[in-house]
Amino acid sequence: MSDTIELAVTRYRPEQDTQPWEQRYTVPCSDDMSVLDALNYIKDALDPSLSHRWSCRMAICGSCGVMVNGEPKLSCKTFLRDYREAGVLEVRALDNLPVERDLVADISGVVEHIEAVKPWLIRHSEAPVDTAHSQTPAQMARYHAFSQCINCALCYAACPQFGRNPAFLGPAALTLAQRYNLDSRDEGSSERMPWLNAEEGVWSCTFVGYCSEVCPKDVDPASAINRGKVASDINYGVNLFRLLRGKGDA
Amino acid sequence: MNQQQADIVIVGGGGAGLRAAIAAAESNPGLDILLLSKVYPMRSHTVAAEGGCAGVIQAHDSVDAHFDDTVAGGDWLCDQDVVNYFVRHATEENLRLEHWGCPWSRKPDGSINVRAFGGMQIERTWFAADKTGFHILHTLFQTSLKYPGIRRCDEYFCTDLLVEDGHCAGLLAIDMRSGEQTLIAASAVILATGGAARVYRYNTNGGIVTGDGMALAYRQGVPLRDMEFVQYHPTGLPGSGILITEAARGEGGVLTNREGYRYLQDYGLGPETPLGQPQNKQMELGPRDRLSQAFWHEEQAGRTVATERGAAVYLDLRHLGEQHIQERLPFIRDLARTYVNVDAVHEPIPVRPTAHYTMGGIQTDRHTATCLPGLYAVGECASVGLHGANRLGSNSLAELSVFGRLAGEQAAERAAQGLAVDPQRLRPQAEAQAAGREALRTANGPERLAALRDEMACAMEGGIGIFRVPAQMSATVEKIAELKARYQQLGLKDGSRAFNTEWLQAIELGFLLDVAEAMSHAALARQESRGSHQRPEDFPARNDALFLKHSLARQQQGGAAEVSWQDVVITRSAPGERHYGGKATGEAGR
Repeated sequence: MSDTIELAVTRYRPEQDTQPWEQRYTVPCSDDMSVLDALNYIKDALDPSLSHRWSCRMAICGSCGVMVNGEPKLSCKTFLRDYREAGVLEVRALDNLPVERDLVADISGVVEHIEAVKPWLIRHSEAPVDTAHSQTPAQMARYHAFSQCINCALCYAACPQFGRNPAFLGPAALTLAQRYNLDSRDEGSSERMPWLNAEEGVWSCTFVGYCSEVCPKDVDPASAINRGKVASDINYGVNLFRLLRGKGDA
Repeated sequence: MNQQQADIVIVGGGGAGLRAAIAAAESNPGLDILLLSKVYPMRSHTVAAEGGCAGVIQAHDSVDAHFDDTVAGGDWLCDQDVVNYFVRHATEENLRLEHWGCPWSRKPDGSINVRAFGGMQIERTWFAADKTGFHILHTLFQTSLKYPGIRRCDEYFCTDLLVEDGHCAGLLAIDMRSGEQTLIAASAVILATGGAARVYRYNTNGGIVTGDGMALAYRQGVPLRDMEFVQYHPTGLPGSGILITEAARGEGGVLTNREGYRYLQDYGLGPETPLGQPQNKQMELGPRDRLSQAFWHEEQAGRTVATERGAAVYLDLRHLGEQHIQERLPFIRDLARTYVNVDAVHEPIPVRPTAHYTMGGIQTDRHTATCLPGLYAVGECASVGLHGANRLGSNSLAELSVFGRLAGEQAAERAAQGLAVDPQRLRPQAEAQAAGREALRTANGPERLAALRDEMACAMEGGIGIFRVPAQMSATVEKIAELKARYQQLGLKDGSRAFNTEWLQAIELGFLLDVAEAMSHAALARQESRGSHQRPEDFPARNDALFLKHSLARQQQGGAAEVSWQDVVITRSAPGERHYGGKATGEAGR
């Protein structure tokens, strides 16, 4: 068992490089070292010019997503020990996103998609803030998994549709829309429906399901989107019905 | 240099900054509010808070009881007018978060559930499983999106405050993507940059928690208050310091030493409570300072467990059963599995105290205003006077909303007064500051960034830890001064502009060293033991005659911090003895 391991890191520095290129680093490898620990080791001991994002070290802030041997991973929750046999880890910025520098992917587009779906609780009238809305554990269970998204964008790196068309709202944004649509306190699903229904909404998803596989928080965006398709279908049906009865748009 | 203008600029997009932004937008929808942060808001360290958020909700509880717990928990160094305001507004803010969609955990009937927490005599800690901070942060971020008055500068790194005619008139920031420096003029600036536990080697904090706002204010002559009070959380994972929530004990988890003995009963927290029947303010539900100190004694006595990652004790949750653990503490189970390869359902989790929270911070009045007109501070970076010498768990998440709202409203009021300074007038000082930053980016001295950072972290751990002895404290003070001098000789290897994290880390190290300086000088000056500040060798007792006072550390030009003192606001609770364990029973309901 080797006590070092090699990282092949895809570098890109916009001021110096015209193309991405690969740089190899040899780092110590112990059982509890994460890929993030290895990147921080490189930064401190080998090459301070390597740029990567990180913060919490505990898989909740969502900063440190990278591709590790071709798979989207949180670097803080991925361990060198699992790559000992491979002997080398290829690390690059998240796929399907522009690269700002080295391992820093440009997630501004993903954040814009998240912002676009009106991800806040919508009520027709504001209740006084002296009591809580009732919500039973069963009602909460309907949306709870979809509220666990940490916006790490691994699902965007995994999504072939987003890779082809960056305008596709994508897994996290559509899941977040569903998170609010399914919340018993929310009355805004009809306001979000245009987004779900639009060309860049749920219908762009071809249900590859890789987004759910790579999700580090078991959010299961694929199932959220599929439920969105059902909701979108029902919405279409209701609209058609109302249209035929002369009631206009729902 | 780029130039921008806003009515209010908020530095930091965590719970306090977001709540302030929303409050400002709600109180005056016409305002241009700029939320600036070195990370996307949902990365802010509020995200890692686990256990819960305080607010009286049960019929048999009272705000007076919350007041008493907070003041005694803080070893009477809390400003009682501030605590009074806090306990009367915490529940309202938790309810507001509920109305904004926060998925607070519920009872079967659909009403809000609360759990027990350390130092609280009645259960009043609202929770969202064991990801309370995560849910609060995402709820606030998502809610903030509906206010057109709030715009953001994500991944902008604030380097300097700009002061004109004795008023804070804006700031200088680096657009991290391009490395361009940007001048932002504003009528009011709110600092909401979080804590500084990254000055320590072992801590629960994210890499971004580097005391930026504290240092920014300190450099402008604003005092840092009560900086000697640093909270060691009793249960972090050995090695990494990753947080294992106090809620694990609130739900009934127990702490044992290498002999399987629940050692807290030997440290004034007993008698031992039956397994699975936690009692408020007793044993594992004592306050954090006492629990961390008990660990230290156990370690001295050789009764801790030696692990690969250092000394530890065991946090045992097994008797709670898989279903309860999975429902209430799923994240803890996941963290223990991932980072120490322990399934809490079947094995106890090794834990040890690690640096967690700065009780002190930028001195503000009870309305979050600093002594520099136009500058406000809120959340962990601030010292509004709430936490005293030891914070109770779950008071800090509530603080973010209660005082974040106040800061937003105060800043909005100021912004409406038309005090904005023409950015052109700020240009000369901004350019001077920017030149300094540029010089650092290309500095080629002999000192290495990582080495200075590690030496600082070890010095703080050694001198300003759970127990503080005079020789080590003095050594730390000297070491920080030495490191500040060596910092001037830094050499950086990168030199580019775009997302140059070496450059940003170097600026952060400068912030950390200033904070470490304030902490170590204040610790040396406080010649007593109180709350999290313990000097067993030279001043083992609390001394109200001399030190029932806040410390104020001010930066001296070219020299060390100067420490002076400010009276504590006492309204109705005269300093007394802190009662925990069996002694606390007589206090309950008082």
